[in-house]
Amino acid sequence: MTSVALLRQITDYANRADPYPLYAELRKTPVVQDEEGPYLVSTYWEIKELLHDPRISSDARNLSPDAPMGPAQDEDPNLPPTFLRLDPPEHDRLRGLANRPFGPPHSPRRVHDMRSELGEIVSGLIDGLGDRQGGDGIDLVDTFAYPFPVTVICRLLGVPREDEAHFHEWADTIAASLDPVSGEDREARMETTRKARADLAVYLAGLIEERRKAPRDDMLSAMAAGHGPDGQLSPVEMISTAALLLIAGHETTVNLITNGMLTLLRNPDVLQRLRDDPGLAVPLVEELLRYEPPVQLLPQRTTLTDVEVGGTIIPKGASLWLLLASGNRDPQRFPDPDRFIPNRTDNQHLGLGSGIHSCFGAPLARLEAQLALTELVRRLDNPRLLEDPPEYRQNAVLRGPRHLNIAFDGIK
Amino acid sequence: MPLDGYLQRLRREGHIVVVGASLAGLRAAETLREEGFSGTLTMIGDEPHEPYDRPPLSKQVLLGKVPPDHTTLPRRRAIDADWRLGTAATGLDMGAKRVHLADGTSVEYDRLLITTGVRARPWPNELEADLDGVFVLRTVDDAARLHHRLKAGPRRVLVIGAGFTGSEIASACREQQLPVTVAERGPAPLVGALGAVIGEVAAELQREHGVDLRCGVQVTGLEGDPAGRLRCAHLSDGSTVEADIAVVSLGATRNTEWLAGSGLGAGPRGIACDAGCRAFDVRGIVTDDVFVAGDVARSPHPLFGYQFLSLEHWGNAVAQAEIAAHNMINASSDRRPHVWTPSFWSAQFGVNIKSVGVPPMGQEITVTQGSLADRCFTAVYGFQGRMIAAVTFDQAKWLEFYQRQIEQAAPFPPPYPSVDRRPDGMRPVSAGFPDPSLPTHGPTVTLSGHSPTDRRVSFTPMRA
Amino acid sequence: MRLVVDLNRCQGYAQCAFLAPDVFTMHGDEALMYDPQPDDVQREHVLRAAEACPVKAITVEGGDVTASVPARAGATYAA
Repeated sequence: MTSVALLRQITDYANRADPYPLYAELRKTPVVQDEEGPYLVSTYWEIKELLHDPRISSDARNLSPDAPMGPAQDEDPNLPPTFLRLDPPEHDRLRGLANRPFGPPHSPRRVHDMRSELGEIVSGLIDGLGDRQGGDGIDLVDTFAYPFPVTVICRLLGVPREDEAHFHEWADTIAASLDPVSGEDREARMETTRKARADLAVYLAGLIEERRKAPRDDMLSAMAAGHGPDGQLSPVEMISTAALLLIAGHETTVNLITNGMLTLLRNPDVLQRLRDDPGLAVPLVEELLRYEPPVQLLPQRTTLTDVEVGGTIIPKGASLWLLLASGNRDPQRFPDPDRFIPNRTDNQHLGLGSGIHSCFGAPLARLEAQLALTELVRRLDNPRLLEDPPEYRQNAVLRGPRHLNIAFDGIK
Repeated sequence: MPLDGYLQRLRREGHIVVVGASLAGLRAAETLREEGFSGTLTMIGDEPHEPYDRPPLSKQVLLGKVPPDHTTLPRRRAIDADWRLGTAATGLDMGAKRVHLADGTSVEYDRLLITTGVRARPWPNELEADLDGVFVLRTVDDAARLHHRLKAGPRRVLVIGAGFTGSEIASACREQQLPVTVAERGPAPLVGALGAVIGEVAAELQREHGVDLRCGVQVTGLEGDPAGRLRCAHLSDGSTVEADIAVVSLGATRNTEWLAGSGLGAGPRGIACDAGCRAFDVRGIVTDDVFVAGDVARSPHPLFGYQFLSLEHWGNAVAQAEIAAHNMINASSDRRPHVWTPSFWSAQFGVNIKSVGVPPMGQEITVTQGSLADRCFTAVYGFQGRMIAAVTFDQAKWLEFYQRQIEQAAPFPPPYPSVDRRPDGMRPVSAGFPDPSLPTHGPTVTLSGHSPTDRRVSFTPMRA
Repeated sequence: MRLVVDLNRCQGYAQCAFLAPDVFTMHGDEALMYDPQPDDVQREHVLRAAEACPVKAITVEGGDVTASVPARAGATYAA
């Protein structure tokens, strides 16, 4: 099979609910390529090596002009590229500055100290689920998995509560644009997205200015205040970074939580174990990141020189797709890879990437998912799936259910 | 392969003695039990403490963030051993298969594992070494004493020797705003381990953090006051450093004296063993029942021309202990070679320094990512046209790539571009290791020739 | 409780320092310092940190998290 055919199958919506047999097929050849398509790397060790290989670039400017384009851009073309799409030293500078108000060494307690607030948000959302359950059950995505991470990001950045609704709206619109559509709607959709991005940028610019004048204990205030000789994000960099955190911070977490609940409902014995032992949530979320990773593949890598991978020479400037979700099911690395084993040991999965581009918000995503799943199984009485498989989003990269319709008997 | 009768008996009811109850000894004991050894296990250690971790002693413990007695190593599993702590081994009778102990008793073994490690090299002048205020740092008791004195706020601390331990001590002192002088015989700190190019970066780092760094000098004498307290040190350049604390960081000595006359291939450079961790006797014949692991071992490495490497590396102690333990209770066809790629780390002045391979073998060095000026970089060492080692300052995430390159004997200088390769990193320069014929305290990796019974103290250079 | 971090494995992802900041701290951008014998009240945070470590470098006594070294099949040395 050529990679174009495989590529078409990966992006084919018909395979969205279960792409794993396709990945198994791919792994028979660690690197698959075709004249026209990108190089697909599907085995664990090869992916892991490439994620730490300094001959691999994340900067699209290093793509050869005739290399095929990646999937839909998820960044605002009017803003400078974020660290996601840059190599060192720019990557290190921007990521380092974004990290200052977020994590150690400068802000070691930011995420840790949000735990009780996360708990309150989760409790509030679950309290509300009962009222929303009609005869048809509820959609866990719209009522819980989606609003939770967006609210968290708002609090983290310092978006005032009264503005959170706007934020949800922009996030919805931009998120929807990540699912490619075809046909007449396309232009209209793109226009709406452009407007949402522009509105978001204007809003963020205003808020950053406000926080610069009157700082509070939030990330935007810290970014706006700067930190002297170590450097400072420029105003547009601040906006693009904040927008990145907003989009990346919940597009992935919503899928992690939804995939998690789906997996638990499909494995009632595991659900019961989590109910009996909330501590299981910690390894369980790692297994979830292996078993159903919210980011299925990394499509924006390229080679700075000819690189040999698994016996295949990938030429300079080629487009490279790293299939994280496939590496996570590689039997050469994980025994019994297609089984969900919540307390799996030696679980060095690729769910959050590896190397310098590994997930920026990983600790927050972990806490959110651990908390969400623990509380959902603890409080929902007899939860059950109303539809399996659920309806998936179009997006093959950020893969997850669009809706997760469930019913339950009550809320504790 | 099915086990023969002897091995079956050994596993079931044999007696394994481990001499040296630190990291390597403990991990070996755990592996023995993990792999099904159910006989008697005796752990002999000269220190009275349970196995503890040493790296925190020069960092967290000196900073006062962790009490000295809080570095006891976690157990991976129960080992059900007969502990003989605080009792040094004093002799080995290979014919009778007995280890003699300082308390006059002896222990019989079927198989013996030696993990006696190293100790700090003391200040050579004994009278001066006895002055109040003169320290070494190797054991938890050393760390407790030194920390106690640092807490009291000395006028100035003199660190003698700027290897990794000395540099980490200086870093911990500066973090507590203590005045520090570092005296180093070589041209820069870390020069024995990483060469002068990297040493220069380390020197800048030290000076920037307020260390009074004196390179190219030797401490010729320590002087006390009438009460026997250290007052000052005299340096070879004629200067005097007023200090009430001196920490002697002149490297380590291998704990092999107790094996003198035993017939085992043991000497000042360690105990020679094969890739399967079996010790050699003085005739160069491999023993069947004596195994070695950790800092005290010297074993041949295929990556480095089968030279015998002595590695004072935490990771080596763990890896070699696991291999030795496995091989002790398995038939020869199921044994594994110890082919661990040398790796170490050091944290000092807020920088994470990591290395793989054998830097002192390097003739040339080139910076492949980042820049020396930023103190955030990756540099690789070349030996006869191949990559032999790599070092990172705050770029650890890239290191595994270079480790694989070294393991595959990739060409040097690297012919390919890499992200963040700067113009000044395109041209290899001399790595700047000191003349290997000079005695040196620096290298954490030392090459000690091809002969398994090499007992020479001198450094054996590979390059002309 | 006792723990040890294999700092050869550690690549400075700082997950532990995010999740158990009273036990693990970053010294600069990449160097990790930790308390090898934290109080038992930290247990939940420490286990969370150990599990989140992307290179499984943290060994906790009595925890299920062990730093086993997966050998890559077919790794060879060109000596």
